[in-house]
Formats: sequence, C-alpha cells, structure tokens
Amino acid sequence: MPWNIDGTFFSQYRSQLAWLFSLSLAAIAGSCSHAPLDMQKHLQEQLITAKPGAVIEVPEGKFHFDRTLSLTVDKVTLRGKGMDKTVLSFAGQKEGAQGLLVKANDFTIEDIGIEDSAGDALTVQGGTNIIIRRVRAEWTRGADAGNGPYAIYPVECKNLLVEDSVARGAADAGIYVGQSENVVIRRNRSEYNVDGYEIENSENVDAYENIATHNTGGMGVFNLPNLPRQGGKHVRVFKNQILDNNTPNFAPVSLGPIHDLPTGTGIYVMAIKNVEVFGNKIQNNNTVNVFLIHYDTGVGDSLQETASSPITQQIFKPGDTRYYPFLQQVYVHDNDISGGGKSADSRITVMKQMADALGGSLPDILYDGRVDPAWPKKGANAGQICIGNNGAASFLNFDAAGGMKRPVRDLKNYACTLPALPAVSIPSVAAQISATPNGAIAR
Amino acid sequence: MAQGRRFEHLLPGILLLVMACLATVFVGCDSGLHRGVHLFLEEPFPKKLSAWHLFAGAANEGHLTPNTGVLPYDLNTPLFSDYADKYRFVWMPAGSSAEYKDDAPFEFPIGTIFVKSFAFPVAGRLGEERLIETRLLVRTKSAWVPLPYIWNAGRTEATLQLVPDPVRIRYTDAAGRGHDFTYQIPNTNECHECHDNNKVLQPIGPKARNLNKDFSYRDGVANQLARWVTVGYLRGAPEPAAAPRAAKWSESASESLSARALAYLDNNCAHCHQPGGTAGYTGVDFRLGHFDAARFGVCKHPNSAGNMGERRYDLVPGNPDDSILVYRLESTMPKVMMPQIGRDVVHAEGVALIREWVTSLHGSSCGNVAPR
Repeated sequence: MPWNIDGTFFSQYRSQLAWLFSLSLAAIAGSCSHAPLDMQKHLQEQLITAKPGAVIEVPEGKFHFDRTLSLTVDKVTLRGKGMDKTVLSFAGQKEGAQGLLVKANDFTIEDIGIEDSAGDALTVQGGTNIIIRRVRAEWTRGADAGNGPYAIYPVECKNLLVEDSVARGAADAGIYVGQSENVVIRRNRSEYNVDGYEIENSENVDAYENIATHNTGGMGVFNLPNLPRQGGKHVRVFKNQILDNNTPNFAPVSLGPIHDLPTGTGIYVMAIKNVEVFGNKIQNNNTVNVFLIHYDTGVGDSLQETASSPITQQIFKPGDTRYYPFLQQVYVHDNDISGGGKSADSRITVMKQMADALGGSLPDILYDGRVDPAWPKKGANAGQICIGNNGAASFLNFDAAGGMKRPVRDLKNYACTLPALPAVSIPSVAAQISATPNGAIAR
Repeated sequence: MAQGRRFEHLLPGILLLVMACLATVFVGCDSGLHRGVHLFLEEPFPKKLSAWHLFAGAANEGHLTPNTGVLPYDLNTPLFSDYADKYRFVWMPAGSSAEYKDDAPFEFPIGTIFVKSFAFPVAGRLGEERLIETRLLVRTKSAWVPLPYIWNAGRTEATLQLVPDPVRIRYTDAAGRGHDFTYQIPNTNECHECHDNNKVLQPIGPKARNLNKDFSYRDGVANQLARWVTVGYLRGAPEPAAAPRAAKWSESASESLSARALAYLDNNCAHCHQPGGTAGYTGVDFRLGHFDAARFGVCKHPNSAGNMGERRYDLVPGNPDDSILVYRLESTMPKVMMPQIGRDVVHAEGVALIREWVTSLHGSSCGNVAPR
C-alpha cells in the first residue's frame, strides 16, 4: 500500500474523489506548504501536464515514490534544492523498473538526489540536448547485487552533458553512457559501483576531471555486439583520477560481461578505435591499472557459442555481423600510473595465472596484442596502440592470440604517437559549458 | 499554470459546470452527433466519460451497451492484464475509414476512438463484474491522445485522471483460484511506455493479424476484418483468408506450439521490444514475422537486466529455467518482471506456454560456458 509523505494511508476509496482532490492539491501546493501533499501523484501530474519550457522545482525534503516517475514532454527542467536536500526515494518500489524515466528532448535535471530505485535510478532514453547536473544517484545500502544496474543511464542520446554528479552502489555502472553521440562527462564522482563509468557503443565522447574510486573497475570504454547502435569511436579520457578501484565485484551473473570484470581494474578499453587516454592519475588498482583488449579477452564467450534457431532449428552463431571486436588506434600518454597490479583478482583465472607467472604482480599497462589478420598493416604494432610518457609505468603485451607464448615487455614497438582527437563540441550546451567554473564536486 | 490551478481551486464547481456545458456544445463533431457519439479533438477533454456518449445509458455492472456505430472487437492473442476482462470498441466519424496495412496498425482517420474497459469479477457474486477503468485512445488532428477514465464505486460514471490511484482487487475465479492484489492503473505517461514507437504514440492491438478472427456480433458471427469493411471502417483490406492471422495463444488443439508462443510474445512483449519501441535499445525484437534468433535473445547476454539470479542469457534453447525470458515472466518484482508495467500478477497459463515452447527448442545450453 502506498503511503504519502505524511504517512497517511490512502486506499482505492480515494479514487472516487481523486480528481477533485488532485485539483485542490495542485492549488494548495502552489500556495501553502503546510497541507499534506502526495508528492508521488503531484510530481507525476506536473511532469505529465508540463508545457515545453516549464521549470519544475521540487522542494527540499525526502519524498517517497513506489512507482516509476516519467517525463515525455520536451524542453522541461527538473530542479531540486541540492543533491542531498531534495531526495526522491524509491525504496520499496512496487511498479516500474526505473526511478526517473525520461523520454524527451532538451531536458535538464539538476540538484536532485535519487535513491534506492528497483532498477536504474535515472534513465534518459533517446533524447537530444540533455543535461544531467549535480545529480546524486545512489543505493544507500552500498554495494549489493540486488541494486539496480545503473545509477545514471542515458542511452541513445545526442548532445549529452553529465557533470558534477555522484553515483554510488550500481550493480553495473555508476555513470553509463550508451549508444550516444556528442557526450561530455566531467567532474563527476563515481564510487562503490561495479564499474565507475561505462562509455559503450558511443561516438565523440570527452570524459574528464572525473573521479572513480572504490569501484570494482574505474572506467570502461568499449563496444558490445547485439546492440542497435554499433561502431562507437572517438573517445577522449583525460585528467581523471582512477584510484583504488578494488571493491570486490558484486555484479550478478546476469549482467553478463561485467560480472567478469576483474576486481581492481583501473581503465579498460575494449573493441573500439580512436581512443585517447591522457593526463590521468591511475593508481593502486590491484589487478591492472590500464587494460587494452579485444572483445574475446574481455568477454570471451558469446561470439564463439552456437545455438539452434527456434524457428528453423538450424545451428547458428549468435554473433553480430556488424560488430568489430578488435582494438585499434589507442593512444595512452602522459598519464601518472603507479601502484597497480599487486593483487590480481583470483576469480579471473587467466589474470591470476599471469600474475603468478610474472612473480606475483601484473604490470601497469596490459595489452592482449590481438590484431585483425585482415589488416593490411603488418608488423609489430598492427593495432597502432601507442603508449608514451607514462612515467615509470610498466607494460606487457601478453600475446593472448598466441597462447601467451610471445609476450612483449619492451615498449619500443609502441612508442608511436597518434594525432590528438578533437574536443567534443555540444552546440546546445556550449554557452553553459564556458560559463560553468571548474569547481570541486560534492563528496 | 499555477494561476490556472488556483483558479480551479477557488471555483471547482463552476468550472465543472462550464466543462460539462463545453462538452455538450463542443463543435467539430457534426458527424459524431449524427451517430450519437460526441467527439472531442482538442483539450480540454471531458472530465466525464459519459460526455462522449459512447455507451447507451449508465454502465450496468460491467455491461457496456455500445452506442450506434461503436463496434466491439477483440484480438486473437491479447496482452495479458492481470486476468482483467477487457471490452474493446472502435468508433470512427461518418464517412471516414482506416487504411489497411499488412504488418502494422492500420492508418486510422482523425476522429477515431478506441475504447477499452477493464473489469474484474466481484467477490462472492457469480457472473458480476466490477468496472475499474475505461481507456480512450483518440486520434486528434496532431496525434493519438490517451485518456484514462476511472469508474466510481457505483459504476455510474468514470472520470478522467492523469495519475490514477491503485485499486485493490480480490475475488475467487471460476476455477476456485483466489486473486488478491493491487491493480496499478497506468498513468498517461505510462501509456506512452507501451504505445510509443519513435516517440509517436500508436495503437497496438488493431493490426490485421490480431483482428483476423470471427466475432459474435448481435446479428451473428462474422470475421472482424470483413465486418469492418462492411460497416465502412476499413478500406483496402484483402479477403480475411489472404490477410495475416496471429494464432490464438490458448488454442492448443488447433494451433501449433510455436505459433501460439510467438503470437504471445508478439502481443505481450513486442510493443516495447521492437525497433523504435521503448526497449528497442536492447536489440531484442519479438515482433511476429520478424524472427531473428539473436534478436529473440537466443544465447544473448541481456544488456541492462539487473539481477536475474544465476541466469546469463535471455533465452537458452531447451532450458526454460536458465532463460531470463521465463524468469522475468514468472516474476512480480518491479526490477525483474516483464512487462515492466501493466502487470501485477503472474500469468500462469502464459508462462506455461512459454516454458513449453522454450523446452521444445533444440539444445540445452549456450556454448560450453557453465554458470558460475
């Protein structure tokens, strides 16, 4: 049974009067803060009846919702009084998987906390010109396999800014950006999630000045098969702090590849081209600080599997013919990398065995060395993986394709450079970007 | 907006009166008046269902007598809605008709009204039903507009509510099975969840394959497509025998297991799980006639599922217990269950059908990867 903010029980009998009652409520809400207010109903009504251009202000307080809140109107701003002051709590959610579900363009959300949703905390789906600012999305019980997969989950968006936000407790990724283009992710803090940040099947992404700490892994940049949008590329990851991501992996097995993310991963880059990783502080991630891999190394199963078609009963490989699993043109430079690889995740057999073979620890930068035999450019570095100016960071190409028979420790074959990738420009938020100072974020 | 609401607060009675007057004199519905139905094509839409004149007299314990031109219909395989009895009607302005399409909802004319009422049995009163809600889907000049009307306790009137309250449902069905749950009436945004494709709200049910069946009209049994043509509601349709037809999910004597299961998935899942649908981004597509193994989830990792127990794949051929598809249908937990909205109890018979179908598929695993 739902309870309103004052704990007043309401039942189906109220539906008889609900229409008149809701009109009164709306009027009261505008003028009188003492009246009992069913915020669940009131806010949902505001979101439904909003006209383009509306700014919906949510007052200070903790408000309980037992079903998904949703918005489909374009050009709406939803604004609270601060990520710790205005809290939308979905604890005990009964209906809908998401906390707040937005399917609209020109949407801005700022200064709001979203807690304990059944599934993803904030989903923005298929929107253009989206700003997520100073939002806290969190599962308050901390790391738990039963938490929702994603805290901040924009998917299939264009012109997206995620800034100064905080994500905690997600059973997959704290801040995820998927199947999107023209994206800036900056000055966020993501901690105690399985993955701090995930940039998946997306194009033209800048992720900078973010903090990832106490996650299982800090940040992933990758492409996956079987998603409508393929061919993510052009990702810059810079000036981030990827520190102490050693929280034991708590992703449920059903989350697939992320369940197998080694505890203690700093940054991993998988099955993508044109990625530049520079100026980051990547330290004390216990399995490996930087992991550069082909899809088979990271996920390693489903492309090889066979199954039978339920219709034709013919055996097929469920792989995605549009998918390209190789890593190429990745430039890792000028990073401050240290203190990682000291205690590889024993759950991931191959990592543990490799660490044991290397005397107990793994190098700072680990590359699987898988290259496409079809590439015209042969030689020692066909994938154009360029690594330079990372201080004393150690390196290993562990020759995954060759059964680890010809590992390469020497960086000289990788001492190339690649042209700097251009900065992402988001036309719709350019003015706001230049006007926003580089402030410290809430902790 | 705030000022308008304050005004309503001050003068709700007067406003109601004004709205009622507006409803009765609303223009642009000459053809509607001709058939007795009142058509409203723009806001404000009437607060009372009766203003539409869709039904003759008051609702009598669930028995809605349609007004002239309000044509009842049903579907070969409907969406499951908590075992609610659903009563569907369609109305179109005089002289207008829908354009037939083979594989999608028909192209309906401006002024089309779909009417779907949801009713549950009344505890202790055999054969009696309690009307809960009547949803209208109205084709206005610019878009389809969803309008949920919620019935009062006396079943004499239903009022428009954007965010309806949940309703407790308790009864024992004809098979002696007890039902006791909270029925969540979707709010108007949740209408979009299922009805939107590429952000455009569309009818879901009235497609050729769902309508291509016999219906017992007052004047006898007829095929629905043929009847729609006869009454002038449909043009361009082939003979029913030449039109696509979805299986009836429950007719195991006359329909194949595969045809029933695929029809069930089409009508219970594909409104979201298709390109452009709410769950289009998952890459899963359950539309009938668009089968592709990977897009049906065969040996596919879910991409944003959450905790599905120890299951790794959407559909494991031959193994329903390892299939997330089955797990989700069997659940009522908000994060796990599918569909995500519009279902509060498990559809035991539907689950049994999908279990039987998954079991019948070749194989018993996806590759050689053992669950951890």
